[in-house]
Amino acid sequence: MRSIILASVAAIALGACGKGAPETGEATPAAAPASNAVVLIDGSSTVYPIAEALGEEFQKASGTRVTVGLSGTGGGFKKLCRGEIDISGASRPIKKEEIEACQQAGVEYIELPVALDALAVVVNPANSFVDCLTVEELKILWEPAAQGKVTSWKQVRSSFPDQPVKLFGAGTDSGTFDYFTKAINGEEGASRGDYTATEDDNVTITGVSAEVNALGYLGIAYVTENVGKVKAVTIRQKDGKCVAPSVQTARDASYQPLSRPLFFYVNKKFADERAHVGEFIKFAFNPTESEKLVGEVGYVPLPTEAYTLAEAKFEARKTGTYFGGGSKIGVTLEELLSDVREVAPTAETAPK
Amino acid sequence: MLEQNSEPMTLAALQNSGFLRRGRLLSQAMGVLLFLCAALSVLITGAIVWVLVSESWIFFSQIPLLSFLTDTQWTPVFTDAHYGILPLLTATLWAAGIAMAVATPLGLILSVYLSEFAGTRVREILKPILELLAAVPTVVFGYFALLFLTPLARQFIPGLSGFNLLVPGFVMGMMILPYVVSISEDAMRAVPMSLREGAYALGMSRLRTGFTVVIPAAFSGVTAAYLLAFSRAVGETMVVAIAAGQNPNLTGDPREGAATITAYIVQMSLGDLPHGSVAYATIFATGLVLFLITLAFNVLGFLLRRKFREAY
Repeated sequence: MRSIILASVAAIALGACGKGAPETGEATPAAAPASNAVVLIDGSSTVYPIAEALGEEFQKASGTRVTVGLSGTGGGFKKLCRGEIDISGASRPIKKEEIEACQQAGVEYIELPVALDALAVVVNPANSFVDCLTVEELKILWEPAAQGKVTSWKQVRSSFPDQPVKLFGAGTDSGTFDYFTKAINGEEGASRGDYTATEDDNVTITGVSAEVNALGYLGIAYVTENVGKVKAVTIRQKDGKCVAPSVQTARDASYQPLSRPLFFYVNKKFADERAHVGEFIKFAFNPTESEKLVGEVGYVPLPTEAYTLAEAKFEARKTGTYFGGGSKIGVTLEELLSDVREVAPTAETAPK
Repeated sequence: MLEQNSEPMTLAALQNSGFLRRGRLLSQAMGVLLFLCAALSVLITGAIVWVLVSESWIFFSQIPLLSFLTDTQWTPVFTDAHYGILPLLTATLWAAGIAMAVATPLGLILSVYLSEFAGTRVREILKPILELLAAVPTVVFGYFALLFLTPLARQFIPGLSGFNLLVPGFVMGMMILPYVVSISEDAMRAVPMSLREGAYALGMSRLRTGFTVVIPAAFSGVTAAYLLAFSRAVGETMVVAIAAGQNPNLTGDPREGAATITAYIVQMSLGDLPHGSVAYATIFATGLVLFLITLAFNVLGFLLRRKFREAY
């Protein structure tokens, strides 16, 4: 009996030892703190694929671990302002309340645009009647007054069949939610409540792909990743043309109002104190790396100039936000470049 | 004869001897310790009730109870906020009901088989395998329901949504089966053989004896098993959070997806709600409702058992 216990204890100990084989490969004692260092990233589910891809490559290159969470843009900002994470991924600029929260907690942040996203409205591939939707039709479907009332496709456009519409979309902690409601309903946060609200865009994909009469909205990267499962709807622009979301249309800003920039917000104190955070940013904003990975993941990489400027902004530790606190519809590349070129105005000076 | 060196060995003398006094102190101390352990579980339950009631006070002081109980929409974090518990409650009861509908007949049949028909060898193999079902993590069951069973079921059931209550209900039935079978089989084995022998002497088959003699005799144990399984099904979180969807939806159709109370609690807890807001308090208010449902069924079970208790 005792020998059995001894044998199992030995086996468990050996198993635990085997797992701990150093991945860094460095033998110097100075490398020991580096192997314990972790870059903590959390926030938007839209930015998640980018952060995850960058984190993986960084881990392979340097051995420092990177953990990426999925709390939603709002959740990420809350954690950033509480000092719980190093970097927050955001699919919208920081809001006034969040700026105040950070100020009160004494946390300074550096705003770095990392990619462009086209917010896609998706339907089931077997949906034969939805072709081109206008912003007004989306508003009929998604505004708060639609709750409990607009339940059939026919109410959106009379030529659609009288089928019940199943809705999937982002939850209230999500930057995608904030941006979509601002762009479509005109007011950030104003939306109907009777839909499947989730911070995890994979749930939206699963839901829309399984339901013929479903409609959902999420970042373009998830659409590119799940090509056969969902179909992106084209949006009618102001000039009458129907434009589909894609890397090209987001880049030249022809897909409006649902093109938007994605950001990394870095905690300035941690950037100063923790060397691995700075290394990660340097790695992430290296133009070759970022363009390749952002493109691979399905988002729109910024021009090389933007990445170099963002890196310089980080090195100079310029804090504050360019956008005056809240989503801005129709942000162009030029505005993003201005963001990284000059010191950003803070919430007090910038108008809403 | 025997030399008596001290006082006669009376019972009183024996009880007052040092050796036995130590033993008595020790057993008294053990008694107190074990009482404290039992009291601890009562204290923890009391603490949970206290947390649930005090945190949901914010909710009930702002939302009228009537609208909580009768409103048909549940949208606490949205612009048009409704706080009706009915969508979550019906989804919970549907999922648990489907689970019980699956587990009840299967459980009865399996427990009758194991207690009346199965030989020792078969029982020794079958029971552990059945209990393996209880060892699988519930999140695994959830993804099994979502990614494997739902697409399979959609080929047979027309109109089944990607997120629905039917498939997770079925999976939950499979999950609670080990509890049902284990406890009812133990209750049935406790029925004395004399009752069965009387039935056999009258010419009844084993099957008939099982259902008409043994089960009524073991009724209190079987009811306890089913009530435990129901409480388990009502409180089940991961299976329904993953496979039944997260849209609070008041529906009589189990082919549609709907969020249960537990799925809602999970979704809200993973997010970031400001402490002290009404939306945050909804977590505790719905938790309190869940607690009251389980309490009601436990009391019902207790009363049923007391009424039908057969002492042998």
